[in-house]
Amino acid sequence: MTKLLQWLLGVSLLVAVWALVTWDLLDLSLPDTYRDVAWPMPLYLLVSFGCYSLATVGYRVATFNDCEDAALELQQQIKEAKDDLKRKGLKM
Amino acid sequence: MASRKTSHRIRENGDKYSVLLPTYNERENLPLIVWLLVKYFGESGHNYEVIIIDDGSPDGTLEVAEQLQRIYGQDRILLRPRAKKLGLGTAYIHGVKHATGNFIFIMDADLSHHPKFIPEFIQKQKEGNYDLVSGTRYRGNGGVYGWDLRRKLISRGANFLTQVLLRPNASDLTGSFRLYKKEVLENLVERCVSKGYVFQMEMIVRARQLNYSVGEVPISFVDRVYGESKLGGNEILSFVKGLLVLFATT
Repeated sequence: MTKLLQWLLGVSLLVAVWALVTWDLLDLSLPDTYRDVAWPMPLYLLVSFGCYSLATVGYRVATFNDCEDAALELQQQIKEAKDDLKRKGLKM
Repeated sequence: MASRKTSHRIRENGDKYSVLLPTYNERENLPLIVWLLVKYFGESGHNYEVIIIDDGSPDGTLEVAEQLQRIYGQDRILLRPRAKKLGLGTAYIHGVKHATGNFIFIMDADLSHHPKFIPEFIQKQKEGNYDLVSGTRYRGNGGVYGWDLRRKLISRGANFLTQVLLRPNASDLTGSFRLYKKEVLENLVERCVSKGYVFQMEMIVRARQLNYSVGEVPISFVDRVYGESKLGGNEILSFVKGLLVLFATT
């Protein structure tokens, strides 16, 4: 099953449960509080996911390692390599 | 000189590592990356060869490669040039055909991938007998150099979106510093059709689909020292398109 289908399946399951509770489609005569909670749930979920995404990406950007040492080491090795290659007869 | 001083210890197992270096206008970088490869393979004592696949660079990359072959020997440096630029996937297919190693390294020739990590890739592969080992900028001591805030934000954002949509079991999808078992690379590259950034992503997503095991090694990515590295609107657009195609087909 492709990821797209997995997502469609998951989303339609959620939508089905949400519709059942919100409009009481099966005549389960659920208490009104259930409906009051379920009705705005998609919005809450969306907003929470948005916040989670922003926080995660923000944190990861802030903690992205800057490899200063690696860049310095490379610069030194480039000098070393150029000298050695010249000695070995490379014409750049 | 370190490469020469180190005695070439011969490992007891028969593993050989073929490094594929696709190049296009890399005459400045190619001697340096080859020098570093010789240095680190020499120090670790693993058996290796470097296969340079030059796509008809007008800057004379091939001529420099020939000089390197004279310096380091025809058994270490192999030249498998092609007449014109034909894309990364076919470059790998072309290179693998000529590889005598049972393991294949793929990496960029522009010095953004440092050969010092090669022994860590090899050790990681042996630890879990992984089908492929992928370098990651996003975990452990991994990281980048030379990226501004915008570039970091795009990179992290794109990576997050991809993780959510594709759940690929790997943290760095667009990185191209990887070690493959030869038959695994052959099998994967045959199935992959994307270009550019998306190609590397497709390789690892297909690997998940085929239940290959993936190990990861943190790497530092030093953005190209010579030459230009671009990330414009076109790259982003083609990345999103490629992501959606993979989302719908894998």
